[in-house]
Amino acid sequence: MNLDTLKIAKKKFKSRLIVGTGKYRNMIECSKAIKISGAEIVTVAVRRVNISDRSKPLLMDYIDPKKIMYLPNTAGCFNSKDALRTLRLAREIGDWKIVKLEVLGDKKNLFPDMIETLKSTEVLTKEGFKVMVYCNDDPLMCKRLENAGASAIMPLAAPIGSGLGIQNKTNIKILRQQTKVPLIIDAGIGQASDAVQAMEMGCDAVLINTAIAKAKNPFQMAEAMKYAVISGRKSFLSGRIMPNLQGSPSTSNKGII
Amino acid sequence: MNKKNKIKIVVNGRLLTVNLKYSLKNLIEKLKTPINKVAIELNEEIIDKKKLNKIFLKNKDKIEIVHFIGGG
Repeated sequence: MNLDTLKIAKKKFKSRLIVGTGKYRNMIECSKAIKISGAEIVTVAVRRVNISDRSKPLLMDYIDPKKIMYLPNTAGCFNSKDALRTLRLAREIGDWKIVKLEVLGDKKNLFPDMIETLKSTEVLTKEGFKVMVYCNDDPLMCKRLENAGASAIMPLAAPIGSGLGIQNKTNIKILRQQTKVPLIIDAGIGQASDAVQAMEMGCDAVLINTAIAKAKNPFQMAEAMKYAVISGRKSFLSGRIMPNLQGSPSTSNKGII
Repeated sequence: MNKKNKIKIVVNGRLLTVNLKYSLKNLIEKLKTPINKVAIELNEEIIDKKKLNKIFLKNKDKIEIVHFIGGG
């Protein structure tokens, strides 16, 4: 029995891998990759219905929100007003309370605007939302978000979609020490070893989109990420040996000839 | 066609001409929108989907119908 469950806003999850549903070649590829990844939470975006072409496939026809939790996200919002509007609409679609807030401030690097992000977090938590917050890795701002009632702190490892891996390991370690709600690495993962690193540092989960969706073989990468997260988590929980500059033989000298 | 009996509305950024006394429910049915998969805004205010038949559209009303799509 596996008792190591991830708890977000009182909901329990077995998988510690959250995946995005953007950038795939088509819906079939997207739903297959998600299935392979074993993710129980997927991020989704809110956009206009295409009223002139009703033949366009709907996400809900491919990924059943009853089986996999939709995490509505405010991707593409550059101010608090738009982010709040988007999440209120998301809640209306089907009573979604757990949401991901992402207020961007820089079009080039897609860094979050932390002032707008904090303002939005305060408003949303007052309205009863459970807010998982995309943020930078600044411990002071992350603490403010937590104090404002964030349900998860989601710092970037590197810019969204960059695949650069964890750039500021010191800050992530500091965040791990101070954060009492789930700490989830949100952006910048490029390969399986990045996900392992995040989990070995004690992060509670990772969120990956581009690294899977844009891999040459997204299905194989989805599987790699699944095992990376499991592997990193188990490694973290196992209590690693202390690093030592001296060697220590694996075999006893007793009975040596 | 008598223009007096028509109003102009904007749905998801597109101009549409509909009859007077046209309800939001009429619009959703005309567009064949799967109601349980969308949220509806009328002039930037979210509409309770249970009350669509009681809301009648006015000239220049702006309606947004949104749903979930793939995203990060």
